[in-house]
Amino acid sequence: MNAIEFIVAGMLAAATPFLLAALGEMVAERAGVLNLGVEGLMAMGAVIAFIIVYHGGGHFLGFLAAGLASAALSLVFAIIALGFRANQVAVGLAIGILGQGLSALFGKSYESLTVKGLPKLALPWLSDIPVVGGLFAEDVVVWLSLAATVAIWATFAYTKTGLVLRAVGENPKAVHALGYPVIAVRFAAVAFGGAFAGFAGAYASVVYTPLWADGMIAGRGWIAIALVVFGTWLTGRIFLGACLFGAVSLASLAAQATGLDISSQLLSSLPYLVTIVVLGVISSNRRLLKLNGVASLGEPFEH
Amino acid sequence: MNASLRLSLPVLVRRESASPAIKLVAPAVALGLATLLNLGLYMLMGRDPGAVFHAMLLEPFLSWTSFSEVLLKMGPLLLIAQGLAIGFRAKVFNIGAEGQFILGAIFASAIPIWFPQATGQWIWPAMLILGALGGALWASITAFWRVRLNANEILVSLMLALVAAQLLNYLLLGPWKDPAGFNFPQSVMFQYDAMVPILIPGTRVNVSLLIAFAFSVAAWIFMQRSFAGYKLQVGGLAPRAAGYAGFSEGRAIWLSLLVGGFAAGLAGAAEVAGPLGQLQRSISTGYGYAAIIVAYLGGLHPIGIIFSALLMAALYIGGDNAMVSANLPIAAVRVFQGSLLLAYLVAIAFVRYRFEWRQAAQGNAP
Repeated sequence: MNAIEFIVAGMLAAATPFLLAALGEMVAERAGVLNLGVEGLMAMGAVIAFIIVYHGGGHFLGFLAAGLASAALSLVFAIIALGFRANQVAVGLAIGILGQGLSALFGKSYESLTVKGLPKLALPWLSDIPVVGGLFAEDVVVWLSLAATVAIWATFAYTKTGLVLRAVGENPKAVHALGYPVIAVRFAAVAFGGAFAGFAGAYASVVYTPLWADGMIAGRGWIAIALVVFGTWLTGRIFLGACLFGAVSLASLAAQATGLDISSQLLSSLPYLVTIVVLGVISSNRRLLKLNGVASLGEPFEH
Repeated sequence: MNASLRLSLPVLVRRESASPAIKLVAPAVALGLATLLNLGLYMLMGRDPGAVFHAMLLEPFLSWTSFSEVLLKMGPLLLIAQGLAIGFRAKVFNIGAEGQFILGAIFASAIPIWFPQATGQWIWPAMLILGALGGALWASITAFWRVRLNANEILVSLMLALVAAQLLNYLLLGPWKDPAGFNFPQSVMFQYDAMVPILIPGTRVNVSLLIAFAFSVAAWIFMQRSFAGYKLQVGGLAPRAAGYAGFSEGRAIWLSLLVGGFAAGLAGAAEVAGPLGQLQRSISTGYGYAAIIVAYLGGLHPIGIIFSALLMAALYIGGDNAMVSANLPIAAVRVFQGSLLLAYLVAIAFVRYRFEWRQAAQGNAP
C-alpha cells in the first residue's frame, strides 16, 4: 500500500473525531452559544467509553454512555453560562479543565490498556476500485457519522427546527417575541453538542486508536472548534475541513513510516500549525465571516 | 411550555446596581462550594474526606517548610495571572500562556546551555530578560494573527501552546539533550551564576517572588491609575464607545498579548533559573492554564489575584500532600481547579443579578 492509498483508506476514520465534535459545536454555535469545553467533553466521552468497552459492555453501550456523560457535563456548562449568564468563554475553559481532570481521575487505573476496535464494513464493488477503494471500507461509526452529517445538513436546510435554531442564534429577542423558548432551545443545542463531543471522544478511544492514555485527545477538541470557523458554520464545509485534518494527521504517520528525515515533533505539531495557518487565511476574509457568522454568538440572552 | 417553565423556576433579575459586597465574598463562597463538592467526590472514591481536607487545604499552611513551597509555586502563578488579567479585562483572551511560559524557559536556557563556562552576576538577570522577550515574541504571533488576519486569539494562542510543548520536546530529545544525562529528556544542569538568588534563607523561595510582587504593583498602577489602562478597560466593557473615543482596538490587543507573554515568559525563565536549574520536559505543571483560573478567581483585580495565586499555589502543594498521605490521584487537583472556577462563576453572577420567584408567566408568551 503506498502513501496515497494509505491516506485515502484511513482519512475518514481519522476525520471522524474532528467531524463529530465540530458538528456538535456547530449546532451549539448556530444557536448562539460558544462552548469552549469541547476538549474536556471529548476526554470525558473517551474515558467513559473505554471503561465500558474494556469491561465487556460493548461498543454500543460505550458510545451511548459516552454521549450521555458528555451531554451531562455540557448541561453543567449550560446551567452556568445560560442559567446564570456567566461569561461563556470562562465557563467553557472551566468545563474543559474539569472534563480533562475527571477523565484522568476515572482513567487512572486504565492507563495504556487497550481494547479491540471495530471491523470495517466494505461496500461491494466500490471498495475494489484501485487507489480510492479504501474510502468505501469503513467501520459502522464512520458510516453513521456520514449519515449524521447529511441529517444535520438537511435539518438546517429544510426543517423548521433548523430554522428556529438559527433564528435563536441570529436574533434571540425576535424569536422570544414570537413565543419560542430561547433558553430551552439553547440548552438543547448545547446538550446535542455535548453528546456529539462524547461520541467523538469515544471514537478516538475505542475505535480509532483503541487505548486509553491521559491527554490522548491532544488538542483535537480545540481543532474541532477551529473547524467550525473554517467551515464558516456550514455543514458541508466542516465535513471537508474534517477530512483535511484527517488527511494531515495520516500524512504525518505516513511520513514517519517511510522514514523521511523529519523530526517527529514537527510532524506532531503539523495539525496545530495547519490550524493556525488556515485560521489566518479564512479569518482574514472578513466578509465571508460576517456573511455566515452567528450574530449573537457568546452573548447572554436577557429579556 | 414557556409558562410552565417559568412557574417552576426562579428567575434571574438584574440588580439596580452591582453589589460590591458580593464581589468580595464570591471567591470565599466558591472555595467553600468547590471544597464540599470535591470532598463528596473523594468520599465516592472511597477516600477519607477528613484526611484529604487536612492534607490538601490545611497542611500547606501548617509548617514553614511547606508554606515556603507554597510561596515558591505562587511566584509563577502570580506573574502569569497578572499579565493575563490585563488582557482579560480588555476582552483579549490569551489562553496560551502555557506556551509563552515554555518559550520563556527555552529562551532563558539558551544562555547557560550555549555558554556553560560563563561566570558573572549578569547571567541570571540576562536569562530573565531573554525569557520575558521570548514569551512576548511567542505571544506576538497571536497578536499579529488577531490584528492583521482577524483570527480568533483563543484558538491561535492555544494552538501555539501545543506547538511550544512539541518544540520543547524536540530540543530536549535532540540538540539540547544532556550528553551525560542517561538519555533523559533534559538539559545539562546550569552553572551557579545562572541561578536566581535565594530570597528567604533556608528555603527554595527566590527573588522571582519579589519580581512577581513588583509586577503586581505595576499592574495595579497601570490598570487603576494610567490612561492606557483605562483605555484598555473601556475597550473591554464597551468596545463601541472605545471605538468612538478613538481608542485603537489593535493597539489594545497588541498591548494585552505582549504584556501577557512577557509575564509568562518571565515566569518560565524564573522556573528554569530557580527551583529546576535545568530545562526539563516537566517545567510547567499546567501553570499557564491554572493562571487563567487564578486571574478570574482574583476578580481580574491585581490585589485579588495576589490572594487567589496564594490559594492556587496551596492547592498544588496540598494536592501533592494528598497524593502521598491519602493516596489521591494528582488529577484531583485539576478537578478541584475546574470546579473552583465554575463555582466562582456561579457566585459572581449574584453581583449583578438576584433570584426572584415568579408565580405566573409574564411577558409575551403566546
